[in-house]
Amino acid sequence: MSRPGITQLARALRARETSSRELVAGALARIEAQDRVLNSFISVAAGQALAAADRADQQLARGEGGPLTGIPFAHKDIFCTAGLRTTCASKMLADFIPPYDATVVSRLAAAGIVVLGKTNMDEFAMGSSNETSFFGPVRNPWDLQRSPGGSSGGSAAAVAAGLVPAATGTDTGGSIRQPAALTGITGLKPTYGRVSRYGMVAFASSLDQAGILTLSAEDAALLLSAMAGFDPRDSTSADLPVPDYMAQLGEAVAGRRIGLPKEFFDAGLDPASASAVREALRVYEQLGAKLVEISLPSLALSVPTYYIVAPAECSSNLSRFDGVRFGYRHEGAQTLEELYKKSRGEGFGAEVKRRILTGTYVLSAGYYDAYYLKAQKARQLIARDFRRCFAEVDIIAGPTAPTPAFRLGEKVDDPVQMYLNDIYTIAVNLAGLPGISIPCGYSTGLPVGLQLVGPHFGEGRLLNFAHLYQRETDWHTQLPPAVAGPGA
Amino acid sequence: MSWETVIGLEIHAQLATRSKIFSGAATAYGAEPNTQACLVDLGYPGVLPVLNAEAVRMAVKFGLAIGASIAPRSVFARKNYFYPDLPKGYQISQYELPIVHDGRLDIELEDGSTSSVHIIRAHLEEDAGKSLHENFTGLTAIDLNRAGTPLIEIVSAPDMRSAKEAVAYMKKIHQLVRYLGICDGNMQEGSFRCDANVSVRRAGSDQLGTRTETKNLNSFRFLERAILHEVERQIEVLESGGKVVQETRLYDPDRDETRSMRSKEEANDYRYFPDPDLLPVVIDAGFIDAVRAGMPELPDARRERFVAAYGLPAADAALLAASIELADWFEAVLAAAPGSARLAANWINGELMAALNRDGLGIEASRVSPEQLAGLLRRVMDDTISGKLAKQVFELLWSEGGDADTIIDRQGLRQITDSSAIEAVVDQVLAANPGQVAEFRAGKTKVMGFLVGQIMKASAGKANPAQVNELLKRKLQG
Repeated sequence: MSRPGITQLARALRARETSSRELVAGALARIEAQDRVLNSFISVAAGQALAAADRADQQLARGEGGPLTGIPFAHKDIFCTAGLRTTCASKMLADFIPPYDATVVSRLAAAGIVVLGKTNMDEFAMGSSNETSFFGPVRNPWDLQRSPGGSSGGSAAAVAAGLVPAATGTDTGGSIRQPAALTGITGLKPTYGRVSRYGMVAFASSLDQAGILTLSAEDAALLLSAMAGFDPRDSTSADLPVPDYMAQLGEAVAGRRIGLPKEFFDAGLDPASASAVREALRVYEQLGAKLVEISLPSLALSVPTYYIVAPAECSSNLSRFDGVRFGYRHEGAQTLEELYKKSRGEGFGAEVKRRILTGTYVLSAGYYDAYYLKAQKARQLIARDFRRCFAEVDIIAGPTAPTPAFRLGEKVDDPVQMYLNDIYTIAVNLAGLPGISIPCGYSTGLPVGLQLVGPHFGEGRLLNFAHLYQRETDWHTQLPPAVAGPGA
Repeated sequence: MSWETVIGLEIHAQLATRSKIFSGAATAYGAEPNTQACLVDLGYPGVLPVLNAEAVRMAVKFGLAIGASIAPRSVFARKNYFYPDLPKGYQISQYELPIVHDGRLDIELEDGSTSSVHIIRAHLEEDAGKSLHENFTGLTAIDLNRAGTPLIEIVSAPDMRSAKEAVAYMKKIHQLVRYLGICDGNMQEGSFRCDANVSVRRAGSDQLGTRTETKNLNSFRFLERAILHEVERQIEVLESGGKVVQETRLYDPDRDETRSMRSKEEANDYRYFPDPDLLPVVIDAGFIDAVRAGMPELPDARRERFVAAYGLPAADAALLAASIELADWFEAVLAAAPGSARLAANWINGELMAALNRDGLGIEASRVSPEQLAGLLRRVMDDTISGKLAKQVFELLWSEGGDADTIIDRQGLRQITDSSAIEAVVDQVLAANPGQVAEFRAGKTKVMGFLVGQIMKASAGKANPAQVNELLKRKLQG
């Protein structure tokens, strides 16, 4: 059993060794066979996918199309897809069918990608374990008793298990990088503003960023080229040219400086994960890069800052789910207030409610200055730390998560423990920087992620560093037991 | 001891942009419910606002017109509250950093005095939709056509001391936004409305009393009535030993009273915070200069020019400059009848206004055009027709159309200036009234008026009155 990436599949399609229909049918069969256990998909659109595959095959037969034409793919169920329900893994939107496509969706569709369905996630992307989903938790292909991480856990598990070669994710505090690390795949969170947020259901608008989960940095480069760029419908998207990410792959890194924040290698880091990361960094040394210890003194502020900023924005963003125009509505309410209270009370899960309450509190009169305003100041400090470091180093490296995949249910009753899982990823969102997680070894048989962080709009550099590592190592090609089968 | 009234107004003017402030949907009034609301206006999951640059230009225009500061950087904030006609559960407004701040507007009162009102700020925001309670027994219907319509909210300091002063201020702002072309000023359609903050205090006190806010006043008369009622109510409360409660009130025009809507304790905590979906609005000097270059002549300047350039009395100039349409109308008459300024002013403020009022029309719907009136005034100026008969011609122009010359000829209204013809009429009247002639000669000069009247009557009003007077005097004294 193999698990080919986009680059290999594209080559096979061009060589007419396979067809998009064959790839899509194969992927649908794998989903059918394995996803009852993994639960990585919320919706599968088989008919639509096969029809799109046939169109792609016709294009390919005419010698048309690009490197993504006919490639099976999945979207995190937070991206609006016209005519295909978009649930955000919430009871609130369990039956919501958007009348429009998110910009990410339409751009990838224009590139010829074939969408098989929508992947499971934490409800409204709030969670680090995929356990807050209304549609049940996703299982990690490396150990079915464990979480694949979150919130893009469905996309991560589906790619790691070889159901699809790649899928979109969103990353507000680590929601692409952490599940990529926990499932042994590649996860890219671009710079804030690099990819349009239009059509992506908002969690925390100043932090949310769309990205991808793939089997290699090369595949991520290919996808990012298609997704990135200014969108007049998103005022926060950057009006900057999109470089040719593929062209930057393979550039030498000799003499480049890699910063290792000492705060990333603290007592909270699992020792086996720490040694996997340090071992990975030696690969770069062998390529001629220099390792430099740096410091991000404000890093300790990042988790508390995040848990003020993100809930504040989410409390407002989720106000539109009021039972009036779309989404879940409590039937039989006698008053307007009852309609609001019951629709929202019944439509949202516990973690979403926790964050709405937290956010409402920190924005309230009398608390705003002490929480929200102070958090904004802390955010400036964190961003300044990174700016200083990037004056000295080309890239920052460290672990993606403090531990490998944890057991389902293990942290679900302890939100603070759960939140600490994102301790190395959150600061990157607060500073709006690009980050990538790539597999770099194991701890107790579970994948460990190496996180690389670049300066603003430094995706090309990040992808190149990740690609060079993957050229030297084969962690990213190693299959989880669920794919390899028993005895593999 | 007497009481002093203190009033501050928050005026909401709908900006006359073609599309909404954060979406491409049309803003036209009166469409079928929910046909002018796109996904952004409906607050669909995943959609994002994009600022309409035209709304920013209009706000800057207003700021320049009141001599205000234009913020180099202003910020949109979310005002959070739940209401069915507020689709996102928040209104995008400006809070801490408005686009316009610290302007001033001078107003003239009926008694001729003037005062100056400080405008604390003017900020951009989106309007909400409408909840419709009529025609839906037991149900509330929502029309989101208005959701996302751009508004500028103009907040005055508590600088006004009477209902009349507040009305004068609101009228002045109304005049200004219409001159600037940034608001159609249609109060019935809700394009221009205000909230009145009212308090009273003992005369001479420098402490502000507790205020109430009366919402959604959409006529000058309602504003005046609401303030008068509120002042009376507050004084009554205070004089009977009570305390004014800080609250939001509603004016009911049917019952002509204000009533409580919600108290301060029940007020929403709006949890304002900067909208992360929108970048700060950065305005540089170049942008401001471009807006300034496109500014029209403002009402006060135009009124003063009417006095200085045309020699109009101040009161006439004020009437003509009251609206940009009327001022333009006046100047169109002058263009077609040069040198007629004072005459045109009298005609417009007199006959034309009377006709418009009689038929319930605005100047834009006048049945006589500036060119038609100019044609008539030219004949008055060259003595072709007397002022009195000109009024007849005007009525015919109004009711039947056409041009003054044709009507004058057709009706035979041309003034008689041929002195032999006038003399014949004078002789005829003197012959018919020997008694009055004798009285005059006996020293009762008052009968002169009677004789002039008889002569005018005999000439069907066409005799040139100056010539009649002169001839008559000569004949009586001679």
